[in-house]
Amino acid sequence: MNKIVKFLMISALCLVIGVMLVGCGGEKTVQRELKVYNWGDYIDPVVLEDFEKETGIHVVYDTFATNEDMYVKVKSGGSDYDVVIPSDYMIKRMINEGLLEKIDFSKVPNYKNVDAKFKNLPFDSQNEYSVPYMWGTVGIVYNKKMVTDPVDSWSILWNEKYKKQILMLDSPRDSIGITLKMLGYSLNTSDPEQLKQAKEKLIEQKPLVLAYVVDEVKDKMIAGEAAMAVVWSGDAMFIKDKNPDIEYAIPQEGTNLWFDSIVIPKGAKHKAEAEEFINYLARPEVSQKNAEYIGYATPLPKAQAQLAESIQTDLAAYPSDEILKNTEVFDDLAKNIAAYDRVWTEIKAAR
Amino acid sequence: MGKKWLTYPYHIWMALFTVIPLALIVFFAFTSPTGEFTLTAMQRVVDPIYLGVFWHSIYLAGLSTILCFLIGYPMAMILVGTKLKYRSMLVLMIVIPMWMNFLLRTYAWMTLLERKGLINIILTSLHLPVVNILYTDYAVVLGMVYNFLPFMILPIYSVLMKMDKNLIEAAEDLGASRWQAFIKITFPLSLPGVYAGILMVFMPAVTTFVISRLLGGGQYTLIGNLIEEQFLAVGDWNFGSALSVFMLVLILLSLGFMSRYEKENEGGMFF
Repeated sequence: MNKIVKFLMISALCLVIGVMLVGCGGEKTVQRELKVYNWGDYIDPVVLEDFEKETGIHVVYDTFATNEDMYVKVKSGGSDYDVVIPSDYMIKRMINEGLLEKIDFSKVPNYKNVDAKFKNLPFDSQNEYSVPYMWGTVGIVYNKKMVTDPVDSWSILWNEKYKKQILMLDSPRDSIGITLKMLGYSLNTSDPEQLKQAKEKLIEQKPLVLAYVVDEVKDKMIAGEAAMAVVWSGDAMFIKDKNPDIEYAIPQEGTNLWFDSIVIPKGAKHKAEAEEFINYLARPEVSQKNAEYIGYATPLPKAQAQLAESIQTDLAAYPSDEILKNTEVFDDLAKNIAAYDRVWTEIKAAR
Repeated sequence: MGKKWLTYPYHIWMALFTVIPLALIVFFAFTSPTGEFTLTAMQRVVDPIYLGVFWHSIYLAGLSTILCFLIGYPMAMILVGTKLKYRSMLVLMIVIPMWMNFLLRTYAWMTLLERKGLINIILTSLHLPVVNILYTDYAVVLGMVYNFLPFMILPIYSVLMKMDKNLIEAAEDLGASRWQAFIKITFPLSLPGVYAGILMVFMPAVTTFVISRLLGGGQYTLIGNLIEEQFLAVGDWNFGSALSVFMLVLILLSLGFMSRYEKENEGGMFF
């Protein structure tokens, strides 16, 4: 019953969006076609052009801003994408809900280029559904002119000295996750007691926090408006590039290791083309182009070896295995997501 | 009677995009994820922590509305008192900023209010103390007042414009001071405009989440953020709908309250 209602609601939405998009041109069925759904600004446009030239496949390219936006659109079924690039926990959720198609790896020979340590990851443990696209970490960027203490622990985010100079991520998963790591717990914990401790820590930290931000963090850190911020490694590379006083550190308690991987949604109409595209993206020279354009880390060692020396040795982009040992990948929280949301609401409502 | 069919498209439109979505939200609010009738989601809404969020949203919106009134009413009076030649120019200057994107204007305030922003650079060069109000409630209220002030000025202005000036002359002939004339004649007659203004400022202010996120630094969740989170991040459509329904009831109650007053004052712009 409820499914029907949900379906009605979504189709009403799709109708509105569809009506607005209808003007964008009719169907071209003569040509081989591929519909790709990726994060905004997350591919070198040259890569798409080259792929079209080489294969003659016409690529229809759309972008999304969050995993959740993507999920709603793919789940509603009105979108018919052939290739999507979501993050780790979302891939697990989509596998669990039967939204993904198994990839035929015999059609993706370049998969052998992927670093062995990035295969069979927890969100796709048999590696049947996904091929890693980019990866990164969560850490602290800090302004060397404003921070005098060594940045090697998450606890610096609780240092009174930096009152109102700390920027946190406005994202429950990440902010609660690093706090759990600081306390020595798993960032996928479902233990209410551990969550409660993390909540109390974050409420205690609130008076020190200047703001909870997502994208604004780049502008703020570049302008020197705050001393330190919790960020994703790719943003850190961007900020460092624009302001030489900025440094990136991964605290020793460990952090979140995240992946954006390429998947094929269930019922994709152009599965063969999709596998061809995935195979293309797994070429070292293509992945290198993307890594250079996007600034995140490539999972292909051969591509990494082609990058500029300064990037390859930058621990922000390519942390050592020793640092990586301590990291954890997000798992799908499933039912537990409500508990995390509740904790986050309580933190935000505290005053 | 024969032209009744002309209204059908309107009815279909209303049914498709107002009645059905609304019914679905009410349906979700009172059911469990499996579709059975339940009050769980509605009960969760009255949990103190969520009521706190509601209260804070209403408090900030209320404060902004009062400030808009205190600034907007005199401005409307000034507009009415200006010579025709300048008046349309002044009205245009109030309206023009609204043609620019709302998000852009709010972003602009963010850069103005920063520690090393324009306002503080000017203050420092004048050897005045800097102000650090970005990411506080002050900044949020400032953002609301700035963005919604025109919605207070314009309805009051249009009511004041239509007012019969002879009434004031009559009052003054009968010995009333200007202040008395204002309190006894002008203000009561302008009330429909005031009510319309209050509604048009309070409604968007109480549901905004962009201003609180950008200028408040996401420090405090408001109702809008809470509802958005339920649908996008948590996927709890039932609770999200319950929050929306609760919000809807609050708005309906205040609408009813307002329209009662307006009827007593011979109708305003909207009812």
